[in-house]
Amino acid sequence: MTALALDAHLPTARSIGRTAGAFVLGLSLLVVFLLAAGFNVTEALAALWNGAFGSWYAFTSVTLVHATPLILLGLAFTLGSRAGAFNIGMEGQFAVGAVAATWLGLELTGVPAILALPAVMAAGALAGALWIAAPVVLRVRFGVTEVISTLLLNFVADAVVSYAVTGPLQEPSRVYPESAPIAASARLPHILPGSRLHLGFVLALVIAGLLWILLRKTTGGFKLRAVGAGPVAARVTGKIATVTVLATALLGSGALAGLGGAMEVSGVSYALYQNLSPGYGFTAIAVALLGAEEPLLVVLAGLLFGALDAGAGVMQRDAGIPAVAVQVVEAVVLLTVVVSGRKRE
Amino acid sequence: MSADLFTAFAAASVRVATPLALAATGETIAERGGVINLGIEGAMLSGALASAVVAVSAGPEWGIVAGVAGGIVAGAVFAAAVVGARADQIIAGTAITLGFTGITGLLARRVWGTAGAGLSVPTLAPVAVPGLAVIPWIGPAFFNQSLLTYLCYLLIPAAAWLLFRTRFGLELRASGESPVSAAAVGVRVARVRVAGVLIGGAAAGLAGASLVLAQVGTFTERMTAGRGFIAIAIVVLGRWNPFGVAAAALLFGAATALQFLLQATGSTVPYQFFLALPYLLALAVLGVAVGRSRGPAALGRPH
Repeated sequence: MTALALDAHLPTARSIGRTAGAFVLGLSLLVVFLLAAGFNVTEALAALWNGAFGSWYAFTSVTLVHATPLILLGLAFTLGSRAGAFNIGMEGQFAVGAVAATWLGLELTGVPAILALPAVMAAGALAGALWIAAPVVLRVRFGVTEVISTLLLNFVADAVVSYAVTGPLQEPSRVYPESAPIAASARLPHILPGSRLHLGFVLALVIAGLLWILLRKTTGGFKLRAVGAGPVAARVTGKIATVTVLATALLGSGALAGLGGAMEVSGVSYALYQNLSPGYGFTAIAVALLGAEEPLLVVLAGLLFGALDAGAGVMQRDAGIPAVAVQVVEAVVLLTVVVSGRKRE
Repeated sequence: MSADLFTAFAAASVRVATPLALAATGETIAERGGVINLGIEGAMLSGALASAVVAVSAGPEWGIVAGVAGGIVAGAVFAAAVVGARADQIIAGTAITLGFTGITGLLARRVWGTAGAGLSVPTLAPVAVPGLAVIPWIGPAFFNQSLLTYLCYLLIPAAAWLLFRTRFGLELRASGESPVSAAAVGVRVARVRVAGVLIGGAAAGLAGASLVLAQVGTFTERMTAGRGFIAIAIVVLGRWNPFGVAAAALLFGAATALQFLLQATGSTVPYQFFLALPYLLALAVLGVAVGRSRGPAALGRPH
């Protein structure tokens, strides 16, 4: 448990080593499973490595592009979790963020990027915050755990996306279950020549820095951690409005997840599809815990899982191993982290 | 609504409710012991895959047994983490679900290749109960179902008996309300909780088997589609009582079956609304149900 003080820890070599260690353990167990199931492990690992780091293009356009939503959603989980609430509904908030961003992005043809981009990002964040609003009310007014309510809303979000791409947001020819491409000015620009890496990656890093400052250097962040560490103590001895802090943290968590969805549309897909997220909302829980719920370590964990996701795509294509297999790594990482009791440093 | 249409709707409700009721009844037992298992989604997948694989070679009856075994495996991993190592239950449960989604996807690919299981899995045909199946309106719905639905009818009172009429049930509930006091009077809390989780895992595996053998007829990656999570909401709605849980499961079965009914009557409401309905219903009833009832006091806390 973190000592509650307005101090400023930076990740140490030891904490970085532990993060990498848990990840390597997860990867090793995947190898064991692959061996046990009779897959060609050499081929699988080569494909995994090539997909993630095999070329400058693979690293910047696939690994870092996949890492972007994972970092953002990992930060979203961290924000809620540090206040003592588990947002298991990031997948849904991501989806409705993508819907809102698409809707606005389609409307903004001709609007300059300097206005269109912030508007699209804000729409995604707002949609994500609204999506978690009902669970927040259920938790603070009726005592319903946010774990179940946020989880259930993931499935409702799936239905919303399905409705959007076959109904109001469907492309004009009405053949495919997808939206038309959003306005050019609503797209996040690429930041490296010859790469698909978009500005969203930089934004995610900036948000990680801001969250680190919030948690470590501000009174608000101190209150948030106090509520997470012990709500009764925070209320009684610290005179902290626990309900307000908790609600704010969860709404912020939803907003970050919604922003993740907006960035995916605005920076990667340029249109709304079903299953836009390959499970980012759940992988990000592993990202947050692997990163010990410290924003800067979450970035590192996001990069590791981004590489894994990138490699999994190639592994599926070249070695015939379903990409869903990498969830074994996520599971092992989660279990390693919670079993070793290292939820927080 | 004609009698035929109602019967079809009611029969679909019971069929859809069966895996939900099985999983939720098992989860009720685990939760009464103070353990919430978000991994039952994974345990259902584990049971579903095991039952599909075994049913292909040994017939659907052995598929049921394999489903139970598959669920117990997932329950055992979860029990080791949360009781053995006192890990956070929510995170460990999420991990079990993620892990078994991955493992089952991997193994399904290994067994059936890219084409999937297809229609190679033998299924359990509905069996009409003589006498009862001819009761007007509800007879065919409740008494012309697969063997697994009848098994579910037996397991619900059995679970209630176990919880409220046996020494194990008393120890389990004590471990869920106040593990410290329970331990003080000699209850081996860890052992009792492990038993509760394993029973929950077995029931979830059975639920997975019923999904494969009596409802879908095949195995596909992620085929449980959140049913395990719905089951957890059903436990709350049913107030941690097997009979309440059974009624709540039937309500969800009906909410899901509503889409068949409305398709049959030519409704213009987008079908996605009906896809979302069970989840929205779960959310709404959670607000109402939690306000008026209380779960086990030590739910989610390690001992």
